[in-house]
Amino acid sequence: MNNPTTPAAIELRQVTKTYRDAKALDEVSLRLEGNRIYGLLGRNGAGKTTLMSVLTGQGFQTSGEALVFGQRPYENDGVLSRICFIRESQKYPDDFNARQAFKSASLFFKQWDQAFADQLVEEFQLPLNRRIKKLSRGQLSAVGVIIGLASRAEITFFDEPYLGLDAVARQIFYDRLVEDFAAHPRTIILSSHLIDEVANLLEHVVLIDRGRIIMDDDAEAIRGTAVTVAGNASAVQSFAAGREVLHRESLGSLASWTVEGRMTNAERAEAAELGLELAPVSLQQLVVRKTMAATDAVVDTDSELEVLK
Amino acid sequence: MIDDSRPIFLQIAELIENDIVDGALAEESQVPSTNEFAAFYRINPATAAKGVNRLVDDGILYKKRGIGMFVAAGARSRLLAQRRDDFFREYVQPMTREARKLGISTAQLTEMLHRTESTSDMTEGSVSR
Repeated sequence: MNNPTTPAAIELRQVTKTYRDAKALDEVSLRLEGNRIYGLLGRNGAGKTTLMSVLTGQGFQTSGEALVFGQRPYENDGVLSRICFIRESQKYPDDFNARQAFKSASLFFKQWDQAFADQLVEEFQLPLNRRIKKLSRGQLSAVGVIIGLASRAEITFFDEPYLGLDAVARQIFYDRLVEDFAAHPRTIILSSHLIDEVANLLEHVVLIDRGRIIMDDDAEAIRGTAVTVAGNASAVQSFAAGREVLHRESLGSLASWTVEGRMTNAERAEAAELGLELAPVSLQQLVVRKTMAATDAVVDTDSELEVLK
Repeated sequence: MIDDSRPIFLQIAELIENDIVDGALAEESQVPSTNEFAAFYRINPATAAKGVNRLVDDGILYKKRGIGMFVAAGARSRLLAQRRDDFFREYVQPMTREARKLGISTAQLTEMLHRTESTSDMTEGSVSR
């Protein structure tokens, strides 16, 4: 074809990463277009940080292909200079203070905005001349957040950047992220356990569980795809018939089930007719349910295998 | 405010429609930019844009190149007509269903409606803004 399409910001083709005998990534295929805010979600040890390490050239996959802007990131300065990776436990040289950390970031990132960095320093009330080693956990996180935002890199990875940040500081981070992204669109990959806090900021959600992608969808497509039905147990059961049930809870004659599927007005009316209450399921609840359902599935297969032995 | 029950872009579109219906956004007046909506509601800017664009597609808002987004002439009356259609399904039907459950007859229900009308007449001055 004479008409090559622009490469995706990020593309993974059957990427596997093995540590000794453990598979941190298990044939992961993923394609992320540029200029969006992505949520990379999953439990601790699910493979999020490994995935980001492979994409930022800090690790190399055991097999498969990882491409950033259509090129291999590993030892590729042309690609790495366009990426900013803020790790949960970001290390800085021992004798550095925050001012020096920002100075080196400003030299490395071509789009660095010093005025924006100064504004953020003010808002996070970050002491610039104190050694980074002497900063509190929250202040250390603020250094990373400021570098991640002010660098305006074409792709910015935030790997749980909020440790030690209080609720006010986190809100400042989210607000500046949305504003600055609107003014300077770029690709943001945000890994977080505080899903309720970031859910509305995300355009697309990738959920990873034990090295595999179990959800890869637009946030808007996910919203409203599951509902909690509560009421009389037999009514709940008949209403849920034929639907995928993600979770069941019961108390005496009462039941509360989380079922998949978008409710039509007719179905809402039917639920009301049966005396059932329908409640929306948040992205965080959905992620928990999906992950637990995936775990159950693995446990089931494992026990079936046990039986076969 | 924004909740988890439905896609956010639909909720944004509805919030703007509400402002048009209750007159907070007059016809031919400028509406905030999608980035202002995103910052205010703390949502993804692409999602805010999708909500606004839906109203553009519906002819409720229109774009002036390089200036911004405006409420179309006749938008309010069109939205009102649409909302009156929805009213029966979303309010009247659930109400009569509940009334039936409680053994309230149509005559009693009508009487209640007359009663709320007279009480709201009395309190209207205090609730209007």
